[in-house]
Amino acid sequence: MENSNKNNSVTNSSPIKDGSKVITAKELTKRFGDFTAVDKISFEVEKGEIFGFLGANGAGKTTAMRMLCGLSMPTSGSATVAGYDVYNQNELIKKNIGYMSQKFSLYEDLTIRENIKLYAGIYGLSDARIKEKTAQLLEELHMQGEEKTLVRALPLGWKQKLAFSIAIVHDPAIVFLDEPTGGVDPITRREFWTLIYQASEKGITVFVTTHYMDEAEYCNRVSIMVDGRMDALDSPANLMKTYSAKSMDDVFLQLARKAVRVE
Amino acid sequence: MIADKKNIDLIDSSGNKAAKAITVENIVKTYTVKKTVVDALKGISFAVEKGEIFGIIGPDGAGKTSLFRILTTLLLADSGKATVDGYDVVKDYKAIRNRVGYMPGKFSLYQDLSIQENLEFFATIFNTSIEENYDMIKEIYQQIEPFKTRKAGQLSGGMKQKLALCCALIHKPSVLFLDEPTTGVDAVSRKEFWEMLHQLKLQGITILVSTPYMDEAGLCDRVALIQKGVILSINTPKGITGEFGKPLWSVKANEMFHLMNSIKADPEVESCYPFGQYHHVVFKSQENVKEKLERIAREGNYTGFEVHAIEPNIEDCFMALMNTHNP
Repeated sequence: MENSNKNNSVTNSSPIKDGSKVITAKELTKRFGDFTAVDKISFEVEKGEIFGFLGANGAGKTTAMRMLCGLSMPTSGSATVAGYDVYNQNELIKKNIGYMSQKFSLYEDLTIRENIKLYAGIYGLSDARIKEKTAQLLEELHMQGEEKTLVRALPLGWKQKLAFSIAIVHDPAIVFLDEPTGGVDPITRREFWTLIYQASEKGITVFVTTHYMDEAEYCNRVSIMVDGRMDALDSPANLMKTYSAKSMDDVFLQLARKAVRVE
Repeated sequence: MIADKKNIDLIDSSGNKAAKAITVENIVKTYTVKKTVVDALKGISFAVEKGEIFGIIGPDGAGKTSLFRILTTLLLADSGKATVDGYDVVKDYKAIRNRVGYMPGKFSLYQDLSIQENLEFFATIFNTSIEENYDMIKEIYQQIEPFKTRKAGQLSGGMKQKLALCCALIHKPSVLFLDEPTTGVDAVSRKEFWEMLHQLKLQGITILVSTPYMDEAGLCDRVALIQKGVILSINTPKGITGEFGKPLWSVKANEMFHLMNSIKADPEVESCYPFGQYHHVVFKSQENVKEKLERIAREGNYTGFEVHAIEPNIEDCFMALMNTHNP
């Protein structure tokens, strides 16, 4: 795995070692009444892996992700995230993961620096560490000199990059990205993926949903959910081989078209 | 500049302007937000033929929604002229409102009315009935009809989209405006939506559709690539990729991220962008490019290296044009 980490600068408290699994899920299931939103999904994600989580709208992605983030209790099955159990250690899970969605939660009327300080503070970083992290983050994002700019005044692409960097400000074992790149221009979208690669190089596992199929091809492995099941899980190259497809778009269409349930 | 050339064509043919479904001449729109002036549209011009599917392709903030609101008479431009179906967007706004269908980017139907009630409501507003124009919406409506008593607010994204399209079509518009109809919609629904648009085209409707997804450009007859209020290029999808002008190479190795860094570090490289499993590379000068890439791979000890000469796609072109416009 080229993404496995040689110079690990990540100092998180979670019990994850190199080569170990950041997510293990066994027959993880969530039912709402007689509706099975997530149907016995089993998979593992390795440290530093970029893991694509695809599925049509209504396939069960969001429900599965909520369980993995410790926000929703499974109906049955088991899972650990960052080494913690989703049933009884969900508070520890929340401390050891990062999360960013398309509707990222930066405060528009706070400055860049204030947003960093707020989130770093919430995650319990010391004042000294916050200072160090702020400088590092501003440099990585080439935003030095802009720290007093209100987030409201930033272009969408800058906000996305800032939101991602803040989502990993506490060096989590894993970061969940829910359609992070909607709406930005193709160059900014690629700059965003460079940040994802860099995080993965540092040993942070990246769990990402996207509607852009070319982005699925940037992932080390991709899973595709259909009607609550995980119908495919492999590297993009192997999936294309298995489904005799020219692109991930083809693979996705072949699988997702089999869906029978209506949202 | 391609956009300017089109502009001249437009003026030359002004004699039969009435034959165009949409004409846009030098439209400027600025907003003042908290004392800062934002240039949404910086003098854009284009024309759409009758019966065309014309795509406005660009990211958020390109000015797509402002343009749609101006053409549907919901917003006044600061300057410039525009016509829809031969009518002026300022003087003849009432005529335009009767003959266009508009599906805004944000779902704007009544959430607490059912599918059927929404459709009846829009039919009544336009002095028609579902029965009268049923042939127009039949193929789309049949897909949501089993749920016609369900409230719009409780529909899935794909079903909302189909209902919104039915409501925009119920009065048989001559021009249909679709503002980012496929944003946030999964690949299957996107594909189905475009199949519906091609069916509508067969009925002779002109469609102006905006999208941030570059791969949808190929589904349009012609497209305008737009960014920050400026049109970068107007052409057929084939025409746009034909304008790329430089040999393009795709490379791949097992160590993709490091490979990109090595390629970008070479002073002879003009651009290197990741594209799915490959990186697309353009060199400043074109001699022995393949050998140069192979040398980079050898020196970096990259494994599983591949290099191919390829044809550019719309996204390659969009990025190249972005770099020429804001170097």
